[in-house]
Amino acid sequence: MRSKFVRIACVLLAVSVLALPMGSILAQDDGVTLIIESWRVDDADEWNDVILPAFEAHYPNINVDFQPTINTQYSATLGTKIEAGTAGDLIMVEPFDYRLEMYLNGDLANLNDLGGLDNFSAGALSAWSTDDGELFGVPLAAVIHGFMYNADIFAELGLEEPTTAQEFLDLLEAVKQDGQYVPLAMGTADGFVPGLLGLQLAGQPYWRGEEGRLALIDGSGKFTDQGYIDAWAFLAAWADYMPDGYQAVSYPDMQNLFTLGGSAVYPAGSWEISIFNQLVGDDFAIGAFPPPVPEDGADCFINDHMDMGMAMNADSQHPDEAQLFLEWLGSAEFAELWNNALPGFFAMSNHLVEASDPMVQEYAGWRANCGSSPRNAYAIISRGEPNTDSELIRVTQLVMNGEMTPQEAGETVQAGLASWYEPQMGE
Amino acid sequence: MTAGLSRRNQPNPNKPFPTHIMVFLAPAVFVYGLFMIYPLFDSLRLGFFAQVTRGVEQFVGFDNYITLMTDDAILQPRLLNALKNSFLFFAVNMLVQNPIALMLAAVLSTKTRGGLLYRVLIFSPAILSLAIAGFVWRLVLSPLWGIVYDMLKALGLGAYAQPWLGLESTALITLALISAWQFLGIPMMLYYATLISIPNDLFEAAYVDGATDWQVFWRIKLPLLMPMIGIISLLTYIGNFNAFDVIFALKGADAGPNYASDTMMTFFYRTFFGSGFQKADPHMGAAVAGTMFVILMAGVLIYFFIRRRVNSYEF
Amino acid sequence: MGWKSDANKQQLRTLTPAIDWRHLTTKILKHWMLIAFALLSTAPVALVIINSFKARRAIFRNPYHLPTAETFDLVGYETVFAKSQFQVYYFNSLFVTLIALALILLFGTMVAFALAEYSFPGNNLLRLFFLLGIIIPIRLGSVSLLRLIDSLDLIGTLWALIVVYIAGGLPFAVFILTQFMAQVPGELKDAARVDGASEYRVFWLILPIIRPATGTVAAISIIPMWNDLWFPLVLAPGEATRTVTLGAQQFMGQFSNDWNALLAALSLSSVPVLIIYFISSKQLLQGLTAGAIKN
Repeated sequence: MRSKFVRIACVLLAVSVLALPMGSILAQDDGVTLIIESWRVDDADEWNDVILPAFEAHYPNINVDFQPTINTQYSATLGTKIEAGTAGDLIMVEPFDYRLEMYLNGDLANLNDLGGLDNFSAGALSAWSTDDGELFGVPLAAVIHGFMYNADIFAELGLEEPTTAQEFLDLLEAVKQDGQYVPLAMGTADGFVPGLLGLQLAGQPYWRGEEGRLALIDGSGKFTDQGYIDAWAFLAAWADYMPDGYQAVSYPDMQNLFTLGGSAVYPAGSWEISIFNQLVGDDFAIGAFPPPVPEDGADCFINDHMDMGMAMNADSQHPDEAQLFLEWLGSAEFAELWNNALPGFFAMSNHLVEASDPMVQEYAGWRANCGSSPRNAYAIISRGEPNTDSELIRVTQLVMNGEMTPQEAGETVQAGLASWYEPQMGE
Repeated sequence: MTAGLSRRNQPNPNKPFPTHIMVFLAPAVFVYGLFMIYPLFDSLRLGFFAQVTRGVEQFVGFDNYITLMTDDAILQPRLLNALKNSFLFFAVNMLVQNPIALMLAAVLSTKTRGGLLYRVLIFSPAILSLAIAGFVWRLVLSPLWGIVYDMLKALGLGAYAQPWLGLESTALITLALISAWQFLGIPMMLYYATLISIPNDLFEAAYVDGATDWQVFWRIKLPLLMPMIGIISLLTYIGNFNAFDVIFALKGADAGPNYASDTMMTFFYRTFFGSGFQKADPHMGAAVAGTMFVILMAGVLIYFFIRRRVNSYEF
Repeated sequence: MGWKSDANKQQLRTLTPAIDWRHLTTKILKHWMLIAFALLSTAPVALVIINSFKARRAIFRNPYHLPTAETFDLVGYETVFAKSQFQVYYFNSLFVTLIALALILLFGTMVAFALAEYSFPGNNLLRLFFLLGIIIPIRLGSVSLLRLIDSLDLIGTLWALIVVYIAGGLPFAVFILTQFMAQVPGELKDAARVDGASEYRVFWLILPIIRPATGTVAAISIIPMWNDLWFPLVLAPGEATRTVTLGAQQFMGQFSNDWNALLAALSLSSVPVLIIYFISSKQLLQGLTAGAIKN
C-alpha cells in the first residue's frame, strides 16, 4: 500500500515536472497573436476556416485566434477577464447599451480615428456609439426577424401567407382544425423566445418601429399605449396554437419540431436560415413572411437589428495590429466572405453583396417595403433598474403563459421605467 | 510516548507549537489560504465599498447590505424570493435525497450480491456533466418528446401530465428533484463508508441472539450513524443553499419563469456578473454573497453546537 | 479486535437454522428496490449514449428507440474527432484531476489527522476555517483569483486549474476525513507510540485504516473538478489546455446545437469516467478487507 502510494506520487511528480514547460512552449508563436472574445460558438468554423485565413493572408505576421465562449457564460467570463486584465485583444460586443458601460469604464478603446469608417452608415455606427458620438465598436452584422413556414403544409392545406394579424390567427386556426400539425412551433420555456421571437418580432407593426421606439425614449410614448396592449393581446392569442405544454417547450425543441416537419409556422430570426437549410434539406420547402400588420392596409415594420460589433480591448498589447483587423472588417472582401459564410447575418458595411440564398434575398427584400427598427429597449431605456429589456422579457413570458393580462403587462413595464427614467416620470 | 500532544493531553501554553502539527497543517493551509480564502475575502470586502467614479472606491460600511434588505422596489423582493426558494430547494433535498440515500446505504451495507454494481450505477449520475442531466431531463419531461407524458397517458393519468419545468408553481421543485436524483450517490457513499467502518463485533452478538437486519440497523447502526447524518445534513444545507448549476443549465441566469426558480446563487450571479441589460454590480453582488455567508455560517454554528452536545455518540 | 468481513457474518447466519421464507422475501424486495434505483439512475445516461449513435431525425422522432440499421449514424463521433482534439482534452482533464486529487487527499488526510488527533489552541477555529471555502460561492472570488493567477504567470496553464481545484477540494475532504480520523481506535496509535514510532509514522499507519473514507472522498472530490466549466473558461480557455467539459461545450451554440456531435461529445466525456469509477470501486472494495487491522 505504502510503496504503491509512493510510486504513484513519483509518477505524478515526474509527469508534472515534464508537463510544466509545455504550457509555455504551446503559447509561443511567430509574430503577433490577437485573440477574439466572442459568444458565437456557432460560427467558430466560419471564422477559423474562411474569414481569418483571408485576413492572415494579407498580414502574415498577424495570427488571429477566435476564442468563443458558450453564450450563456459570455458576460460573466468577459467581465471577469476584463476586470482582471486578461481579456483578449478584440472583443465582440452586443449593440447599444449592452456594453456601453464597459466603454465608459475605460475597458474598451475609442475607435473614432479608425480608418475605413466611411464604409458604414451613420445608423449602423450609432449602435456602438455613446450619446456624444464616441465610437467603441465596428458594426459586424445585423439580423432580421420574420416568420418562416412549412410551404408543403401550406400547399397541402391550401393556406396563404397572411398579411394581417387576423389572417395570421385564422391561418393558425385552420391548421389546428386540420389536426395533423402543430400550428405554431413555439414555446416559452426560454425567456428570450417570448421576448425576442414574440414581442420584438411581432410587435414592431404595433408600435410602428422607430416611431414607437423613439417615442419611448423621449417620453411621448408609453407602454400603456394601445399599440403595446394590442401587441401583447396578439401574443396572448397565440397560446391556443402553440404545442400542449408550451410553457416547458424550449428553443431547441421548437427548432426540432419545425425542422422535422411537425408544425406549420415558426417565428424566426434570419440567423436560422443557414441552420434550417442544413437541417431541413430537401424534406420540405420553407417560405417566409414579415410580421403581420394590426389591420388591413397598415404599414409593415420589421425588427432589423444591429446584432454584433467588434470592439478593441483598451489594454491590448497589440493595438496597432488590432486596429488593422478592425479596419479590415469594413472592407468589401470581408463583407463578401461574411455574407457567404454566414447567410442570414447581414454584414453592415455599404458594399453591395449579392445574396445567393433565396431566403436571404427574401428577408433582405423586406427592407425595401417595411420600416426597419432594432429591438425597442436596447437603447437608453434599459440603463436603469428595473431595466426595460429584462422586464419586457419577463412580462411577455407571463402574458403568453396566460398568467398576466396585456393591460397588467403594460402597467408593470411602464411603472418600472417611470421609476427611474426622467422623461417618463410624467406630471 | 514521543513528542506531541495526544488528544487526551491538555495543551500547554508554555510549550512551542509542535513542529509535526505544523508539518501536517502547513501545505493545506498555504494552498487553501492563498487560492481560496484570500480571493474570497478580498472579494467579500467589496460589499463594504461603493464605486465613486472609475477606479475609485469608497468605504460605505453596511450601506450595500442595508440597500439590499430595504430597497422594496427591486432588491428586497428578489432577495426574499431567492431566500424562500433556496430553503425550499434545500428542504426538498433534505427530505427526499437524504432518507433515500440512507436507506440505500443501509441495504447495500448488508451482504448483497452485485452490491458494487448497484453502488456504481446509483452513483453514476453524479459524475455526469449538467449538460447531460439537463438534456436528458428536458427530453424526458418534455411535452413534445417526453416519455413521462406517454407513460402517464398510458396509465390514464394524462391529465396529470404538466409542463413542470415551465410552470411558476412547479419549476423549482422539479429542479430540486432533478438535483436530488443526480447527487443521490454522494450521501449514499458517505453513509455506506460509515456503515462498513462499524466494527462487526458491535452487532455480531445481536445477530447471534436472532436480531433481524432491521433491528440491528435501528438499534445499533443508526445511533452510530448520527455524526454522519449531522455532517451530511450540513453538507446538504450548504450544497443546496448554494445550488446553481442545475438551475443555470435548465432555466438560465434569469431563473424563470418570473424568477420562480431564482435561488440565492442565481440572484448572486445576476447581481455580481450582470445579466442582459442588468449591469454587473460587484459591490452589491458581494453584499449578496455576504448575506449568504451569514445564513450558511449560522447553519454551521448550529451544527457545531449540536455536535458538541451529542459528542458522546462518537466511538 | 478485528474487523471481520461480511462473509463472516454470513457464516454466522448460516449456522442458525432460521434462514426462512422471510429472509428470502426481504432479499427479493431488497434487489427489487436496488434495481429500480439503478435503472432510474442509469436510464438517462443510457438515453444519451443510445441517441449519440443515431441520425438527428431519429433522435427527436424516436428518442427512446435503439438505433436501427436505418437510423444508426456515427456522424456525431466523426464530427467530434474531426473538429476537436478529444485526446488532448482527455489528457488535460486527467492530468488536472489526478494531480489535484492526489494532493487533495494527501493534504486533506494530513490536516484531518492533525485536527482529529491533537488538541491544540485554535483547533476548532481551524475546523471552521476549512469550512469557509464551501460556504462562500467561489465565483465571488473570481477576479481576485484571476489577478493572483495572472501575477504568478499561470494563466492559460493547467497548473492554474490544479491549484484552484486543490484549494476548492480541501474543505470537503478535511471535513469528512476528520470525522473518520476521529473514529480510528486510539489503542493502535498508542501502541505504535509505545514502540517508539514518530508522529509521521503513526500517520502512515492510520492511512490504510481510513481507506474506505479516503476512497469515498476521492470519488466525490473528482465530480466538481471533472465537470467544472467556469475555471477552465476564465483561467485556461485556450485550445491546448481545454478540458473535456469545456471541449464538449463547443457544440452548444447560441442558436444551433449540433445534436449529434453534442451527444457524442457528452458520451465521450462521461463514459470513461464511469469506467474508471467502476474499476477503482472494485479496488476499493478489495482494500476494505486488505486494510483490516490485525491485532
